[in-house]
Formats: sequence, C-alpha cells, structure tokens
Amino acid sequence: MTAPLLCMRGLRARYGAVIALHGVDLDVAQGEIVTLIGANGAGKSTLMMTIFGDPQAYEGQVIYDGQDITRLPTHEIARLGIAQSPEGRRIFPRMSVLENLQMGAVASAHRQVEADLERVFAFFPRLKERLRQRSGTLSGGEQQMLAIARALMARPRLLLLDEPSLGLAPLIAQHIFDVIRDLNAREKLTVFLVEQNAYHALKLAHRGYVMVNGEITLRGSGRELLERPEVRAAYLEGGHA
Amino acid sequence: MEVFVQQLINGITLGSIYGLIAIGYTMVFGIIGMVNFAHGDVFMVSAFIALIAYLVLTTWLGVSSVVLALFVVLIVAMLLTSLVSWAIERLAYRPLRGSFRLAPLISAIGMSIFLMNFVQVAQGPRNKSIPPLIRGEFLLIDSATYKVSLSHKQLIIWAVTALLLAAFWYVVSRTSLGRAQRACEQDRKMAALLGVNVDRTISATFVIGAALAAVAGTMYLTHYGVVSFADGFVPGVKAFTAAVLGGIGSLPGAVLGGLLIGLIETFWSAYFSTDYKDVAAFSILAITLIFLPQGILGRPDVEKV
Repeated sequence: MTAPLLCMRGLRARYGAVIALHGVDLDVAQGEIVTLIGANGAGKSTLMMTIFGDPQAYEGQVIYDGQDITRLPTHEIARLGIAQSPEGRRIFPRMSVLENLQMGAVASAHRQVEADLERVFAFFPRLKERLRQRSGTLSGGEQQMLAIARALMARPRLLLLDEPSLGLAPLIAQHIFDVIRDLNAREKLTVFLVEQNAYHALKLAHRGYVMVNGEITLRGSGRELLERPEVRAAYLEGGHA
Repeated sequence: MEVFVQQLINGITLGSIYGLIAIGYTMVFGIIGMVNFAHGDVFMVSAFIALIAYLVLTTWLGVSSVVLALFVVLIVAMLLTSLVSWAIERLAYRPLRGSFRLAPLISAIGMSIFLMNFVQVAQGPRNKSIPPLIRGEFLLIDSATYKVSLSHKQLIIWAVTALLLAAFWYVVSRTSLGRAQRACEQDRKMAALLGVNVDRTISATFVIGAALAAVAGTMYLTHYGVVSFADGFVPGVKAFTAAVLGGIGSLPGAVLGGLLIGLIETFWSAYFSTDYKDVAAFSILAITLIFLPQGILGRPDVEKV
C-alpha cells in the first residue's frame, strides 16, 4: 500500500488554554472521501485548523504527501495543494463573489483563473448569477457554495470541508453532498469532511472516524460505522434510521 | 466672496496633504487594528529626506531644472520613507503581534518619540529651509480690494495628489496585492488559509502608507519651504483626526476627512482666529467621536455573516 496523502500521528493541540486534541491518528488516502463525525466541541474543527498549522500541534506530526508540514506557516501549507472551506464559511463579506473566488486562486499554481472560474460555475451555477454581488448579502446556502467554490479555485489535491451542510435547507445540503461525490468520482479529488450530519456524511464517505473529546474512538468504512449501534445511538438517533 | 474662493484654494491644498497622511493611518488601522502614532513622524522624516535630497541634487550634482529636481526628490523620498516605515513595522510592531492590544500602541508612541528626537539630534533643533522652488501664480480674480490667486505650487500639489490617489486606488481595488490587503482586513486567518502571506501583506501596507506620507512630506516642504523636527506631531494628529472624521478604515473617508479638516482649518483661520485653528480641528475630533463615532463614510457593520 502506498503512503496516504494525509497522515496524522499522535497529534496533540491546544485551543487557547484548553487541550483540544489528545493524540489523534488519522489517515486520508489519495482518492478517498473520509469523514470525521462527532458532537459539538469534540475538537473536529480544531483538527482541521491544526492541519493548517493554526494552532500548531505541540506534539505529533501532520504529514502531507510524504512531507512533514506540522511546523510550516499556514500560508505555505495552503500552497502545497490543500484547500479548506472552514468552520463558519469565512467568506470575505465586503468583497464581491468574483473577488472571493480570485482570493481562492492565490494558492493556485495554475494561472488559468478564467478556466477555473468556469469549472466552479459548472458545479455552482448560482454563483455565476451573483458574480458582482457583495458576498455578505448572499443567502446562507450561497455563502456555503462560495466557500467551497473558493477552496476549489486553488485546484487542490486535498479538500478539507468543515460542516458544509450546517444550517442549510435539506435540498441545498443535498446539492452540496452531490457536488462532493461528483468531484471525487470525476476528478479523483481527495476529500476530508467534518460533519454533524452523520447520516449523510457516512453514506457519502468511503471511511469514517468518530471523535469524542479530542480522541478518535471509532474508525471504519462508512457503511460499518452507520451500522454500529453506538454510532446510531449517539449520532443518528431520531434522525434517519 | 474673494476671500472665500482664496480660502477654498488654500484649504484644498492643505487638505490634500492631510488626506495623503490620513490614508496611512486608516490603512494600518484597517489591517491590524492599530493606530500608528509614529506615522506623523514618518511624514516629518520624509520631509527631511526630501530636503536633503533636494540639497544634494542642486548643490552637489548641479541639477538646475526644478521640475526634474522635484520629481527625483519625490521618488527618493517615497523610496527611503517606505524603507523607514518598513523597518519600524519589522522591529517595533511585528514582534508584538499577538501580544495584548496596547503593546503595539505603546511601541508606536515610543517610535514617534524616537524619530522626533533622532531628527532633532541629527539635523538640529532649528527650522530647516529651502529656497522657494516654484514661483508664479495664476491670478483668478483681480478686484481692486482683493486678489485671488492659485499659485503654481498649489496646482502642482493638487495634480500630484490626484495622480497618486488614482494610482493608489488602482492598486487597492484592481491588483492582487490590493485584494490580499482587503482580505487581510476582513479576515486575516482566512487569508492565510488561502495562501496569503499575511506578514508580507502587512509590510506592504506600511510601505504604501509611508510612500503616500512621503508625497505629503515633499509637498509640505515645497509649499512651506521649511521643516523642523517637531513638524510631525500636529499634522500627524490632524491627519489622524481626518481619518476618524472620514471613518477610520475607509480609504475614500480618509481623503474626504483630509479635505474637510484642511478646509475647516483655513476657513477658521480666515474668518475667526489663526491662533485657535488647531482648537477648531481638534474640536472636530472630539465632536466626531461623540456624535458620529463610525465617521462619515465608516460602515456600521451590518453584514450577514
């Protein structure tokens, strides 16, 4: 087996004074969709940001494509081909949709911004209609699309998505999951996804991890995890059965 | 009427200078949320650089064309002042980033005092003067009682200011550097996630602000013909007032605020009292902070996030 694209070993990180990650081991192989599920405050978003060195892990390693990136500055990690649509979307509200997308292309090695724009419009036609609009005035769903589209503008090899379905109408959430599946199937894009919507995420993912209080407690294929009684009890109860 | 027109001309000239300095305050505040108290002294240093460059050009190198000399002086002042400001950020502010909020502010006051004293020691405490560079004027109204004139140097100040502001506007709104600056202003963490080198972008902000202050410094020297080590403080605080009046963080606001402060000051001097012109300008600061804290063009954050 070849080495995974992203690999975390014994990762420990603080968030402020609180220790948020207690030695996380996690792999994402080339071409996979991997999801991390867990309750609010389990440390999922901290893990996503620790991959980008903000906060930096105080122990353990993040290895991307064979390179130790644990101590690299955030902007250099972004230039290695990892892109993130972070928690809370963090679009630039006083910039137009187009400018947000152009910001996404900062880390791109390509200089074909026009072609890349057309590519993301194919996934999110709505953004093309809103191109000149200030993105702070977009709806929540459109802002989420913009955050993902902006990440795609970097032409990443590895896409990190933090709660892409949060607060969205079911139909829009479904559209976003479809896009993720499409990107993976058609472009072999590797996706690492953090979700609270465990049912959809586990159905979508090849493999999944469950995080409780900064530790990985379960791992397995998406289907395996969906059938585990403890997963059903904790994350699917009352939802989809 | 004639007095009014003349004061309008004088006010716009002074306001241009304030506006150019105010941009430096407002940009730095926008991107790192800090009032760079040393900015006024950077302006003063730039006037000294311009003075020295002019003397070197005319007496040592024998340049006789005033236009050429002024152009070279402007470029030299912009480059060297940018370097000074870059070094200040690197040495006095960047190490304190992530420290408590007041730390860089105190450091800025320290830099301000340092620059003032350094120039006082290195250049002497007296006013330094240059011979009038540009003579001549356009007589606009020539009535029996009052002559309204627009001097050539005023016209040059207007033209240079307008040109530089246009160039500056282009950089901020149309280039990738400007985009990165605005991104850092709105969300520094996200900008870094997208691959923007935040430290370098902040440095660029200080450099651009200083370059514009150097334009102001050169214009100030051209206009008044004298400069002293203490000349950074009052114009600096007035330009800061202009930035607050226009809405701190807003670039058009800085220019508008600068023009308004310049106009208020000249009209106050003409119609009321020259002695109290600074009181007028600073009363504006107090009134703005009380009644319009976000400034004229400042935004009261209403974005959906």
